[in-house]
Amino acid sequence: MNITNALDKGEARRQRWKARSRYWKDSLTLWRRNRLMEVGTGIIVFFLLVAAFAPLLATHDPYEQILSDRLQQPSMQHYFGTDSLGRDIFSRVVFGSRVTLTIAFLVAAISTPLGLVIGVLAGYFGKAIDEILMRFSDIFLAFPKLILAIAFAAALGPGVENAIVAISIANWPSYARLARAETLSVRNNDYIQVIRSMGASNLRIMVGHITPMCMSSIIVRLSLDMGTIILTAAGLGFLGLGAQPPVPEWGLMVSDGRQFLVDQWWVSTLPGFAILIVVMGFNLMGDGIRDILDPHQRQS
Amino acid sequence: MARYILRRLVTLIVTLIGIMVVTFFISLVVPLDPLASIAGPQAPQETVDRLRILYGFDQPIYVQFGRYMNRLLHGDLGTSFQTGRPVIEDILQYFPATIELATLALIISIIVGIPLGVLSAVYRNSPIDHFSRVLSLIGVSMPVFWLGLVLLLIFYFKLGWFPEPGRLDIMLIEPQRVTGLLLIDSILALDWEVFWDALKHLALPATVLGLYGLAGIARIVRSSMLDVLSQEYIKTARIKGLSEFLVLTRHALRNALVPAVTVIGLTYGGLLEGSVLTETIFAWPGLGRYLATAFLTLDLNAVVGGTMLVALTFSLANLAVDLTYALLNPKITLAEQ
Repeated sequence: MNITNALDKGEARRQRWKARSRYWKDSLTLWRRNRLMEVGTGIIVFFLLVAAFAPLLATHDPYEQILSDRLQQPSMQHYFGTDSLGRDIFSRVVFGSRVTLTIAFLVAAISTPLGLVIGVLAGYFGKAIDEILMRFSDIFLAFPKLILAIAFAAALGPGVENAIVAISIANWPSYARLARAETLSVRNNDYIQVIRSMGASNLRIMVGHITPMCMSSIIVRLSLDMGTIILTAAGLGFLGLGAQPPVPEWGLMVSDGRQFLVDQWWVSTLPGFAILIVVMGFNLMGDGIRDILDPHQRQS
Repeated sequence: MARYILRRLVTLIVTLIGIMVVTFFISLVVPLDPLASIAGPQAPQETVDRLRILYGFDQPIYVQFGRYMNRLLHGDLGTSFQTGRPVIEDILQYFPATIELATLALIISIIVGIPLGVLSAVYRNSPIDHFSRVLSLIGVSMPVFWLGLVLLLIFYFKLGWFPEPGRLDIMLIEPQRVTGLLLIDSILALDWEVFWDALKHLALPATVLGLYGLAGIARIVRSSMLDVLSQEYIKTARIKGLSEFLVLTRHALRNALVPAVTVIGLTYGGLLEGSVLTETIFAWPGLGRYLATAFLTLDLNAVVGGTMLVALTFSLANLAVDLTYALLNPKITLAEQ
């Protein structure tokens, strides 16, 4: 590219467009090459569709209690049987996908931006700010994530919203760490110096030129974490510290069925199976995304 | 090396103070009045007020915080509202059971995880590699509480191969408490019946926890083993005519295990958190179940004390990992100077 081209805006836009479409095409090739990732994406898309069309898929009202029909075996009437209050477990699992996916996506939407802001600030300004912010996040990292989430969920009081806040509190430090490391690695690059000498403000540099560089590793990390987030939420529900009855949350449903485990195995095990599948889907997809965004992988 | 250890110890102390602050913060955000639950719903206002003064909740926050830190620094964790005993006593009673469970789980995951990782690296893309990949995937994706229930259903209720949840058969008498670890105490007391029974009780919960740990260990050993096997010195060792077994164990595995050390440390932390759920299912009288109950009943002192102990154990495990790592890989301490 010669200098006249570089200054020509139309040409620059075309070049950028070309580079981007090549990037996405490469990604698609890598995605197609990875059979497991296809499976993972398939599972996630499946659950997203189930969540979206839950009212159409559910055969019964997930909240309706028909006590005369309690603890029925799986049958054509009730695909997954009924629970101790005569509610249709299949419909509850279907609607439960909404609860689980909402928790997972909201935790992602809260904890990643938070970690990103703190990490970029720490990495960009360095010195005292870095020291303070990183010691602060170290403290949170000193707790096992689940324990911290449980502690906050218990303190804030049970409920889906509080579970989301609690899991986010436990999750942001790892993203802050990552964003800081990425920021440190690009902070002194020539291109940042050039932008700065052109008079860009700190805010502009951080938002426009450093944050995008952190995105790919944050996305990889987040996609690998999604499964853990769901497991944590389900664990909270199971312990009675997350979603509360009668919300059709999978962890809570497993817990509800515990006392009927011996004779009515389906009450507890089938909702748990749904957790296993969706987490597996996220883990498979996360591994795949890591491979796709990994520059070493791209070379080949 | 000395400097490195010193620096890590200083960081540990800073972290510990931070842990105390966070746990204090946790007890602050509780919206419900914990006193109301101690006194009971029918308690007259004056009883609640007296309790408030007794527990110091009437003081401003900074005074409460000062008292709290003072208490902790003197090793006083307060009294559990639930059991009415000092939290420290409760913890000392329950913690060994958790240590026993988590350690056995870690041993299981190391004994199975490392050979599995090695085999799947050596026989890459063979059935054993696929098997280990699937097992790892299931290990990290399985909700521990669900796996616990399923195993109980199959092996206790249906097949009857393993004993009921709990730590020991009701009919057996616990050996004299020395370490609090039943396996060790029973050996010391030469009580083989108790030893065998305790082991059988441990088997299911330790397997549940171990599967979780195994996944991470097998994965990291596989990838670092693949890394090492492509190195030149492995080729040299082979050219020298060493047997494949020696090449793998003496030359490859030794270096491949260095990154595994980190994962093993992290796994121990994961086992601690997993114990909250696993112990709840297996009625395991350990710290995890104690914590879960404390969280549910908002037994504040127990929550604070238990959480702090878990965080402390977790931090110490991390420190141990870092030190071992530094010992195995001199580059880290060299970078320090």
